[in-house]
Amino acid sequence: MASISLTVNGKKHTLETDPQMPLLWAVRDVIGLKGTKFGCGMAQCGACTVHLDGRPIRSCVTPVSAVANKKIITIEGIGTEANLHPVQKAWIDEQVPQCGYCQSGQIMAAVALLKDKPNPTDADIDTAMRGHICRCGTYNRIRKAIHTAAAMTKETASTGK
Amino acid sequence: MKPTSPIDRRSFLKAAGLTGTGLFLGFSASANGALTNLSHDPKAVLSFELHPFIVIDNAGTITLINHRPDMGQGSWQAVPTMIAEELEVSLDQIQIRQSNGLRKYGDQLSGGSSTVRTGWKRLREAGAAAREMFRQAAATRWNASLNECYAEMGTIKHRPTGKVLAYGALVDDAAKLPVPKDLRLKAKKDFKLIGKAIPRPDIPQKVTGKAVFGMDIDVPGMLYASMEHSPVIHGKVVSIDDSQAKKIPGVKAVFKAERPMPHRTSEAVAVVATNYWAALQGRRALKIQWDNAGYDQTMTTERYYKELREKAGQPVAPYNTIGDFTATYEAAPKKLEGLYETPFLAHAPMEPEVAVAHVKDDGSCEVWAPVQGPDGTIEQVAGYLKIPAEQVKINVPFLGGGFGRKAYLDFVLEAVTLSKQVKAPVKLVWTREDDITQGPYRPGMLSAMRGAVDAQGNLVAFEHKLIGESIQRQVFRAPLGEKADDWAGEAINQEESPYAFPNATIGWRNVQTDIPIVWWRSVYPSSSSFGHESFIDELAHAAGKDPLSFRLALLEKKEDEVAKRFVTVLKTLREKARWDQPLPAGAGKGVAIARSFGSICAHAFFVSKNGNGVKINRVVSVLDCGIYVNPDNVRAQTEGNIVYGLTAAIKNGITITNGRADQTNFHNYPVLRMDEMPVSIDMHIIENEEAPGGVGEPGLPPVAPALCNAIFSATGKRIRKLPFDLNAV
Repeated sequence: MASISLTVNGKKHTLETDPQMPLLWAVRDVIGLKGTKFGCGMAQCGACTVHLDGRPIRSCVTPVSAVANKKIITIEGIGTEANLHPVQKAWIDEQVPQCGYCQSGQIMAAVALLKDKPNPTDADIDTAMRGHICRCGTYNRIRKAIHTAAAMTKETASTGK
Repeated sequence: MKPTSPIDRRSFLKAAGLTGTGLFLGFSASANGALTNLSHDPKAVLSFELHPFIVIDNAGTITLINHRPDMGQGSWQAVPTMIAEELEVSLDQIQIRQSNGLRKYGDQLSGGSSTVRTGWKRLREAGAAAREMFRQAAATRWNASLNECYAEMGTIKHRPTGKVLAYGALVDDAAKLPVPKDLRLKAKKDFKLIGKAIPRPDIPQKVTGKAVFGMDIDVPGMLYASMEHSPVIHGKVVSIDDSQAKKIPGVKAVFKAERPMPHRTSEAVAVVATNYWAALQGRRALKIQWDNAGYDQTMTTERYYKELREKAGQPVAPYNTIGDFTATYEAAPKKLEGLYETPFLAHAPMEPEVAVAHVKDDGSCEVWAPVQGPDGTIEQVAGYLKIPAEQVKINVPFLGGGFGRKAYLDFVLEAVTLSKQVKAPVKLVWTREDDITQGPYRPGMLSAMRGAVDAQGNLVAFEHKLIGESIQRQVFRAPLGEKADDWAGEAINQEESPYAFPNATIGWRNVQTDIPIVWWRSVYPSSSSFGHESFIDELAHAAGKDPLSFRLALLEKKEDEVAKRFVTVLKTLREKARWDQPLPAGAGKGVAIARSFGSICAHAFFVSKNGNGVKINRVVSVLDCGIYVNPDNVRAQTEGNIVYGLTAAIKNGITITNGRADQTNFHNYPVLRMDEMPVSIDMHIIENEEAPGGVGEPGLPPVAPALCNAIFSATGKRIRKLPFDLNAV
C-alpha cells in the first residue's frame, strides 16, 4: 500500500492504495467518478480513456502510481448538462449514443483530437478514433459529430460568442 | 437514470381491466394502508397510479414507466412516447422510470424486437384512458359539457371560457372515476410525437458520464468479486490453492462457487474482496486444479461442424414442403448446391456482465443488474433461492449493450450465490475474458442449399436445410424430438420468405453440442439468411438474371400481403440505390432481403476490388417496419445492425479447441472499428400504416448475404463460409 496524490478534474485526492491499482479503478471505485468505463482491461477498446495532462490515456492499464502528482481529467471534468463542451453538444445534436457505455471514452478522444486538430479530416478522425470500440455501431454518427463540433468551435472562435 | 421520486404514499389502483391485454391492475394492500395515515396532512404530495404505467402526483409531476430495459435500442423513449401521445403530454413534461419486474407491468423482457409492436395498442390505450379521466374530472368540476373540454400539454382546457386545469390539479378527482372503455385512438395523421425525430431523453446523461449503468451501481457495505470459471466450460474443481490469493490486501474470502446457467450449473472459484482490483489480483494468484470431465476431448467446434456437414445429406423436419423438390431437382437441366457455414459468436456488449446482489438476513434478496428482463430476473432469483417472488426486488439501470446476452442470467445468479455465502452485498464483475471465453454464444449453423433452374431461366426447385443446435432444446430443454424448431424457421419459412417456389423443401435438423448457446442479435436469421439469400443469388446468376429482378419475379407471383411488402421494399431499394446504373470495372453490387421480427429489411452493398480484397463503398438500406415511433432511432438501429452484422461476417468467430475458446479479448476477437466503416450508409424507411414491426434486429440478417453477393458480382468469388477476410477474398 502507498499514499498517492493526484488531481482529478481540478480536485486533489490522496489515496491509500496498491500503487499497481489501475487508474480506472482508482477513479471509479476509490474516488467515485463512474463516468469512466471498464470495457476490456487491456487497452483494446478505449472505454476507459481519460486525459493525463491533456493527452488521452487508457486508464485500465495505467497504474495509479504512474500518475502521482499529475493532473487527470475525466468525462465529468469535460462539461455538464448545464454547461456542455462543444463535443458533448455535437454528440447530442447528432444523437450519437445508443447504449452510451463507450461514449465517455469516445468523447475524451474527440476532445483531445480537436485540441490538436481543430479541423480534422476523415483520415485524422480514423487515426484518433480507431482505438475506440462501439458495439452499437455509432461510428458514422461519431464522425459526423466531430465535424459538427469542429464547425461549432470555429464559429465560437470567429464570433467570440 | 433520472430518478423520479414522487412520494408514493398513496396509490389508487383501478381494479378494472383498463386494456384487457395483460396489464395487471389491482389494489395494493400497502398502498391502501398508507391512505388513512396521510389524509390528515393537506399539504402532502400525493402520488396517484392511474394505471401501472402512469403515475401523477398532485404537485404536477408526471411519471411514465418504461417496462422494457434500455440497452441502446431506444425503449426509454419509445414506451413513454406511445403513452404520452394519447395522454396529451410532451416528452419534456415527463419523468421516466424503469419498471421493477412487478407483474402489473406485464412482460418486461427486451427481446425479439418486441417493445413497440407488443405495446403499440395497450400503451396508447393507457394514455387515452387517463386522458379521458382528466377530461371528465374537469368537466365535472366546471359543471361543463364533456365535449367542451379537451386535453393539451398536460392540461384540460375549456373551449368556451379558456379555463385551464393542469393534470396535477385534477388527479385526485380523476383517480376516483371509473376507467373508460371503448377508447378511440388517434389516426397516424394526428400524431404529435409518434413518427417524429424527437431527441432521445437519455442522451444528455450519456454524454456527460452521468447515466447509471449496471457497472456503476454502488451499495453501502458492498464487497467486490471476481470468479474464475473453468477454462474448459463445464469442468469441475479438483483443488484450490488460495495461499497466495489470501495474501493480497483486501481479499476477504476465497471459495468454490457455481455458475448457474439455465440448463445446467458449472463450477467456479470466487474471490471476494473489499475492492475490485484486489478481487482480480486474488483471482490471478489462485492455483486451481480442474477436472475437464472429458469436455476437452468432446467439445470442439471442429467436431460440431463435421457433424453438421455429415447431416447435410439427411432428411429434415420441414417447415414447408411445396410440390416435389427431389423429382424436379433430379430432372432439372441446371442444378446447384452449396453448404453455407456461420460461426459461433460472442455478444461482447461493451459493458461486461455485472451484477450486485444482496441476500439479506431475513432471506429476502435485492438485485441491481443490467438485465434485459426484470420480471424474469425476479422469477429466476426466487427459484434459485427457493423464496417467494415477493421477497425478490430488482433494480434495473441502463444496460451497456445487451444483444441478447443480458437475458441469460448466470451472472446475476452468481452474484446472488456469492452474497448469500458472504452475507453482504456483492458486486460481481466479469472480465472481458470471462465474457468472451465462457459463452453462451450464437450457435454456429450450416445451411445446406440445393436448387435448380430450367432452360428458360426459371427457378424450379429450392431446398434449404438449416442444421445446428437449438436454443429451445439446449437452454430451455424443450422436448422438440423430431419436430422442426419453430424459432429457427424465422426468415426462411414461406410465411417470412414468400418466394413463389414451385417445388421446395425448407426444414431443420438438430445437431447437439455442449457449447453453451443462446440468442444473439436477430437470433437464427443472423445465420440462416446468409445461406438463404446467397443461394437465391447463385440461382439468379445461373438463370442469367439480374438478382434483384429475379427476386421480384418470384415475389410478384404471390398474392399474399407479405410478398407485396417485399416487392415494395425491393422496388424502393432499386430506385434509392440506383441499382440499374452501370458500374465501373472491378466494382460489384449485391442485394439481400429478409423478414424477421415483424419487419422487412433489404440492403444493397456496393464494393470494389482493392488489392487482393474488396472495399465496401456504399450501403443502401430500405426497411419496412410499419408505423414507427422515432425515425431517427430506426435509422440508428439499422446503422447499428449493419455494423454488428459486418463484424459477424468479416471478423473472427469463436472457435473451441479442446473445450476452450481460442479467443479471449478484443485483440483476438476483433470487432469493426471506425476506419473500417463503409463510407456511406443511406437508409430509407417505407411509409405505410401497417402495424409496427421490430426495429432492433431486422436490419441484421441481410447484411452478410448482401455483402457476399456484391463480392461475387465484383470478383466472381462465391463466399460460403463466415467469417472471411475482406482484404483477401
